[in-house]
Amino acid sequence: MRISLFVPCFVDTLFPSAAKAMVEVLERLGHDLDMPPGQTCCGQIHVNSGYRSEAAGLARHFVDVFRGSDVVVAPSASCVGLVHDVYPDLARESGDAALVGDVTGLLPRVHEFSQFLADEQGVDDVGAYFPHRVTLHTSCHSIRVLKVGDAPQRLLAGVKGIEVVPLPHADECCGFGGTFAVKNAETSEAMLSSKIANVLSTGAEIVVAADNSCLMNIGGALSRQRAGVRTLHLAEVLASTEARPWSRGSGPA
Amino acid sequence: MSGGAPTPRPFAKAAREALKDVQLRRNLAKATGTIREKRAAVTGEMPDWQALRGAGQAIKTEVMANLDAYLEQLEASVQARGGIVHWARDAAEANALVRDIVVGEGASEVVKVKSITTDEIGLNDALARVGVTAIETDLAELIVQLAHEPSSHILVPAIHKNRAQIRALFLDAMGLEPGELSDDPSELTAAARRFLRERFFRARVAVSGANFAVAETGSVCVVESEGNGRMCTTLPQTLVTVMGIEKVVPDWRAMEVFLQLLPRSSTAERMNPYTSIWSGVTPGDGPQTFHLILLDNGRTRVLADETGRQTLHCIRCSACLNVCPVYARVGGHAYGSVYPGPIGSILTPQLQDSKEADTLPFASTLCGACYEACPVKIDIPRVLLHLRGRAVQKRRARPGGWASGEDAVMRAAAYVLAEPRRYRLLQRLGRGGQGVLARDGVIAWLPGTFGRWSHTRDLPALPRQTFQEWWEQRGPGERTAEEGA
Repeated sequence: MRISLFVPCFVDTLFPSAAKAMVEVLERLGHDLDMPPGQTCCGQIHVNSGYRSEAAGLARHFVDVFRGSDVVVAPSASCVGLVHDVYPDLARESGDAALVGDVTGLLPRVHEFSQFLADEQGVDDVGAYFPHRVTLHTSCHSIRVLKVGDAPQRLLAGVKGIEVVPLPHADECCGFGGTFAVKNAETSEAMLSSKIANVLSTGAEIVVAADNSCLMNIGGALSRQRAGVRTLHLAEVLASTEARPWSRGSGPA
Repeated sequence: MSGGAPTPRPFAKAAREALKDVQLRRNLAKATGTIREKRAAVTGEMPDWQALRGAGQAIKTEVMANLDAYLEQLEASVQARGGIVHWARDAAEANALVRDIVVGEGASEVVKVKSITTDEIGLNDALARVGVTAIETDLAELIVQLAHEPSSHILVPAIHKNRAQIRALFLDAMGLEPGELSDDPSELTAAARRFLRERFFRARVAVSGANFAVAETGSVCVVESEGNGRMCTTLPQTLVTVMGIEKVVPDWRAMEVFLQLLPRSSTAERMNPYTSIWSGVTPGDGPQTFHLILLDNGRTRVLADETGRQTLHCIRCSACLNVCPVYARVGGHAYGSVYPGPIGSILTPQLQDSKEADTLPFASTLCGACYEACPVKIDIPRVLLHLRGRAVQKRRARPGGWASGEDAVMRAAAYVLAEPRRYRLLQRLGRGGQGVLARDGVIAWLPGTFGRWSHTRDLPALPRQTFQEWWEQRGPGERTAEEGA
């Protein structure tokens, strides 16, 4: 299958290893990939902060970039969630009938990575090997906006050598919320401190999620506290194989 | 404001203060955690729970589309059964109506139940100005009234108080000696019961809110747990009900849906202990004069907003408060409104036009737990985003509104992100410029507003290569497997 990669701006800039891992997994499964040029940002930052007309401009750019794609896959539940959940509103508000039509046509073709593998493709075992103790943070936008259900759990269950420890209150928000983490920094920290306590209670080495945004928040605190626990995108776990196992690279731990 | 008006403040500032209150944090975590689990159990046992939520949503949507007709039907039904119906455009009109009724009855004291709507209009203060004392009869509302504080939760207004704090309040308000009252919950309840009974028996006028009003039969319904509502709606000779216009429901089939949805979502009970329903007046039984005040106070304006109008579907169950991770940490007072939590964050800024209220839609991570719990499926995150957009538009409409730092950053970001070359240039600039900040792969200090992130969190340093650069360098058709890592 020909798959177009959608690599959100902050993944492209700050977490390229997650997108590279997604490439590795999809190619291992035999898919042909392309990276439609001109990708920037889906508009999440602007929507989140109330700048809807600016976001509509970015939505228009997004549909232009992926116009020719049959299947679009992204390693971010949050950005895919925005496209599915908010683009129709933005298009309608903009009064641009062409954008409404383009969004309606594009939506069914845009998928989040774990949901694409486990539900669309029906793959639970991607041939991964990851001999580590991990815990899974089920991000809010993956479970409550995209309703990925247990897709990440099923994919992790298919990984050889892995030990998955349940995270208490896994579905409770980590406190990120985009600009919330800055506008309401103290409340965000109070929420994050509960998440960190829950993570530490599992004794896991690695916190896994399908969203780098939550992982940036959780990982930011783990790093600052020298907690000895690191974060990893689900794709990076799935990219690891017996032939070429994941190794602790650079980056915050 | 069962016991004082909430002070409008920017949410972030109020939350910062609330977070420091260790007792509050403990009480909230315990109370919301307990009720969250219980609610999950009693909704989970219902095989048709999702269908019920859908029915609740459908009924409310239909009511809002025909609100004018249902309200006139309700008015006619109440009048036909001997009740008197008044229409109040705003808080001042509603307060004047109640005041005139109470003064006309020659009463100097009224007992109250279901007070959130009368808190919204500041009725207690309005009555106090003409020398009338309003007594809250719900135990928790009595507690916050005695503490001269506003409620901090729709359902459990004193969720922020523990029993030692309640004992101290009772000793003071009831004129008891320390030896006469312990902090044992049953003793505290008994003391409140004695205090309230005296007032129930002497009250000539009661003021209530309403959970529902059935247009078909003119029946008003109050749902409660303690029996104080039953006392208020049966003992005094005159009953005044202040009801938001959105509380009308068409018929008893609708009540079948809501009387299942409300108790399970609210107190996590299969059924609440007391459901009082009255239709006009019954000669020789209960209040002989019944006034129904239909309150607008901004609701028609909310109704006119296509995205915002679903806010009016709310049945005040408070499930969204109990599941909200923000509410669970800051409590109700931080919202500076009688309507706290997620529902308050969308209702308050639509009812009030103020800068403080416009900070409330930003008091959420958009985690969606509220939407998932809402028994009538109000899409709170969608309305929050809509109201964030409105807050920005309102700011831009003010003189100098475009000049705010955030606005400039957002406009600059939109300019950069609209054009891939600018985006990639900014990435390169960031990588070049981070040298002074990045150490060992992390950035531990950020300037300006962003410092609020780095206060307790590191940020990963920008890697040497973006994904796009990697992809281009890798060349077309080059498979990962062939690269050898």
